[in-house]
Amino acid sequence: MTVYTKVYDAPPFNKKEILRYAGVTGDVAELDELLQTCIDEVSKRLTYKVCYCELPVKRNNDRIELGPIVTSSKALLKNLSGCHSTVLFAATVGVEIDRAIARHSALSPTKALLFQAIGAERIESLCGIFDSDIKEEKARSGYFTSSRFSAGYGDLPLELQRDIFTILDCPRKIGLTLNDSLLMSPSKSVTAIIGVGNK
Amino acid sequence: MNILDFLSRDILYLDGGMGTLLQAEGLGAGELPERWNTTHAEVIKKIHRDYYDAGSNVVNTNTFGANRLKFSSEELEQIVRSAIDNARGAIAQSKGTQPKWIALDIGPTGRMLKPYGDFDFEDAVATFAETVRLGVKYGADLIFIETMSDSLETKAALLAAKENSDLPIFVSNAYGEDGKLMTGADPAAMVAMLEGMGADAIGVNCSLGPKALKSVVEEYLKYSSLPIILKPNAGLPKAVNGKTVYDVLPEEFAAEVSELIGRGVRIAGGCCGTTPEYIAKTVKASANVIPVKTEKKNITCVSSYTHAVVFGDSPILIGERINPTGKKRFKEALKSRDIDYILREGISQEEKGVHILDVNVGLPDIDEVEMLKTAVCELQAIIDLPLQIDTSDPMAMETALRRYNGKAMINSVSGKQESMEAIFPLAKKYGGLVVALTLDEKGIPETAEERVDIARRILAEAEKHGIDKKDIIFDPLALTISADKNAAKETLRAVGLIRTELGCHTSLGISNVSFGLPERDIINGAFFDLALGQGLSAAIMNPYSQEMMKTYYSYRALSGLDDNCTEYIGFASELPKESVSVAAEKPKEASSNEGHASELQGAIIKGLKDQAANLTAELIKNIEPLSIVQTDIIPALDVVGVGFENKRVYLPQLLMSAEAAKAAFEVIKANMPGGGAADKCSFVIATVKGDIHDIGKNIVKLILENYGFSVTDLGRDVSPDTIVEEVVRSHAPVVGLSALMTTTVPAMEETIKQLRKAAPWCRVVVGGAVLNQEYADAIGADKYAKDAMETVRYAEQVRNEA
Repeated sequence: MTVYTKVYDAPPFNKKEILRYAGVTGDVAELDELLQTCIDEVSKRLTYKVCYCELPVKRNNDRIELGPIVTSSKALLKNLSGCHSTVLFAATVGVEIDRAIARHSALSPTKALLFQAIGAERIESLCGIFDSDIKEEKARSGYFTSSRFSAGYGDLPLELQRDIFTILDCPRKIGLTLNDSLLMSPSKSVTAIIGVGNK
Repeated sequence: MNILDFLSRDILYLDGGMGTLLQAEGLGAGELPERWNTTHAEVIKKIHRDYYDAGSNVVNTNTFGANRLKFSSEELEQIVRSAIDNARGAIAQSKGTQPKWIALDIGPTGRMLKPYGDFDFEDAVATFAETVRLGVKYGADLIFIETMSDSLETKAALLAAKENSDLPIFVSNAYGEDGKLMTGADPAAMVAMLEGMGADAIGVNCSLGPKALKSVVEEYLKYSSLPIILKPNAGLPKAVNGKTVYDVLPEEFAAEVSELIGRGVRIAGGCCGTTPEYIAKTVKASANVIPVKTEKKNITCVSSYTHAVVFGDSPILIGERINPTGKKRFKEALKSRDIDYILREGISQEEKGVHILDVNVGLPDIDEVEMLKTAVCELQAIIDLPLQIDTSDPMAMETALRRYNGKAMINSVSGKQESMEAIFPLAKKYGGLVVALTLDEKGIPETAEERVDIARRILAEAEKHGIDKKDIIFDPLALTISADKNAAKETLRAVGLIRTELGCHTSLGISNVSFGLPERDIINGAFFDLALGQGLSAAIMNPYSQEMMKTYYSYRALSGLDDNCTEYIGFASELPKESVSVAAEKPKEASSNEGHASELQGAIIKGLKDQAANLTAELIKNIEPLSIVQTDIIPALDVVGVGFENKRVYLPQLLMSAEAAKAAFEVIKANMPGGGAADKCSFVIATVKGDIHDIGKNIVKLILENYGFSVTDLGRDVSPDTIVEEVVRSHAPVVGLSALMTTTVPAMEETIKQLRKAAPWCRVVVGGAVLNQEYADAIGADKYAKDAMETVRYAEQVRNEA
């Protein structure tokens, strides 16, 4: 089992989505300029890294095994129905977004909030690109892929993060670490499982 | 044979990858490879032997992740002992005739250090120290710290190795495609820090193939006076027909590594994906390459966690503003532990273009050791300039240097024996560029020649401590010309003599020269100019002074340091035009009082920070500060607050208004006798233990301050006892706790439990993404607040009851 890494170019920024993360649901034209300043400040400093591996799915009564990961999560079981294999991945946009958030927390909480929202939109976009890459690749072999599923969703325990980090060797591969309370650093990061099955 | 002697004459060959070979032998996903030292000793021994047979002088033990975070102390000892035994067994069996050594391999902990993670620096040092002590105990020949992608963790490992062994230490970092470590350091910054701390060899490994690492290696060769390590991957792994292959093959790898040996690399091996074949081919390909002598570089520099600042032809500006001397507002900030104030002072100097920040937080009635450490750590969390640590307390100096991420500037040592004995050992241990004042037990000599004599004595004493001349920068002391008309002349002569006779760099605290004179800036700028003419390298200065900045930019333009005068033109275009702005705003002042009131209200409602501050400054000339608060600021805040509650105003807009109001309050505070510190209701706020999210907490804090609460912010990841201690100390009637993770809610519950015991009077309001009313009830909080405004309303209610 090999862990691969991918480094992506920056996906286009979705301002509407960023503002939604910042709690803005309507049209607020006056925020546009400020948001653009924030995007310009941080855009060149972000990295878009993913590490991943494939693990076969084994079912054992109501338990499910993905390599060394063993769980009886019903939600995961349901998500992986019809799947014989999974792609386990970790993605991060790097520590610079955390630096920007911290810096502006001292200067301007408004900007700190916007950087927070930019980070959320960035990591979601990164996951989106990777997800569609995998979907495309698997479709070529005649497989479908399930929607991505993370530890902490439904009844899939967050503690699985420890196994995921050991399997993917995230610190070495993409500079992503896990702390005692199962938070990831850099904070704008995601781990998830994508199921792969016959169409 | 001593490995360092061998290295001074020959190329030292390392081993190649371990992980990929273990996987081929059946190491499972998620299985810890270090355990194989005891369970599969023969496999490990064979891999080591194959490397020795291939020509490696050094193999790294299979202890990359052998530390107390992953293993109990009994198992850790077993693992390290058998790991070294396995390597020793391999030496005994190998047919290779080359000299052979065993390196204790130390990889990263896999945890991110504070402030971006939760792992404390000293915990990291202690973790590495335990492994180092075992390596020494079981007979490793050297310590090999590798694959480090964070500069501060690298420092922790090197410090642990230094403090617990006398073995040679090699340090190797993992660089990304952008030529930087994951946390931002470039090669020059790492060279500065690692050489300063006394590593024996430094370099790069992992992440990329040899060709992709070439530019990083060249930077190491350019800056470093130590032997350089190169241990690259066999390129990147790719899946081909269901099999994993690395894309740089042995011949190509050997050729590329040999080329870099030809350029000066002295220690070579391989990392992920390389095998004994790669090493054998590299040894063969470079057999006829003549080792390049490692030259001493004589570069005077300091570094931060991203870059190095080199002292040379271009003047280095050291911002002097983080210093309480003569600053009422700064003193007040220190006393109330208002770290944000210090951070803002740092950021605005950075924006003015300084290269280094001086940090002085000494005040008689504060704990300087603790405060300096906090200031240095917090500044380094958000500003990437190197720092000049400025204290007369050696204990505070050591504590700050220990935590400093990079190679700091140390301000200062003097020619006094006691001072040198206190400071030089610190500089030797932690690295640093030492500012040396040319004064001694007898005071500051009058003439330049006598000051140069002291400088000579300081250099001689530094040498005894093993500190190189390049790591001393002299400050020949600018004295006040209003007290002695020849003072500046002698200082200027001393700058010139130190530069030409001793070949050392100099720095001056510029502004002393003009003490007691009117329009001091004019004198300061002229003195700076004259000093630069004498060869001054750096100035501790006020970057808000236009005269100083004029001198700086024109000196660079006139000395051929500013291509096309671009920087000068940029600077000139931003100079304010003869007070135009003041004139333009005059007519408005003539309008009625009501007009003022609504204008300031308008600025706050629209969230215009600068305008709000300017308008307040105008108003305060004629109107009582408190009445501005009552008739303008509070009503404006209410308009926005109610708008937010009614969902007509969004969160970013609420914050922009809050920032504008805060700017107005700052002006009022500065104009009130006693700084406006009326007896406000106190509110203690913190993100609970284990949680490092603080954005929500910061928002609540800002809004509360605007509504007249005196907020004590304990920060994030705060233990229950710290919170209880502060609530008891300040007798705060209300405390706000924030948690964003389900895993940290228990810490919140524990905090509430302890608060109930020690501070039964105190109300607890909780908030954060994972919380809701039900959860808040379950953990015994008094109130769940869904946002900042709800917290304010609740706090007001508590205040009114009191």
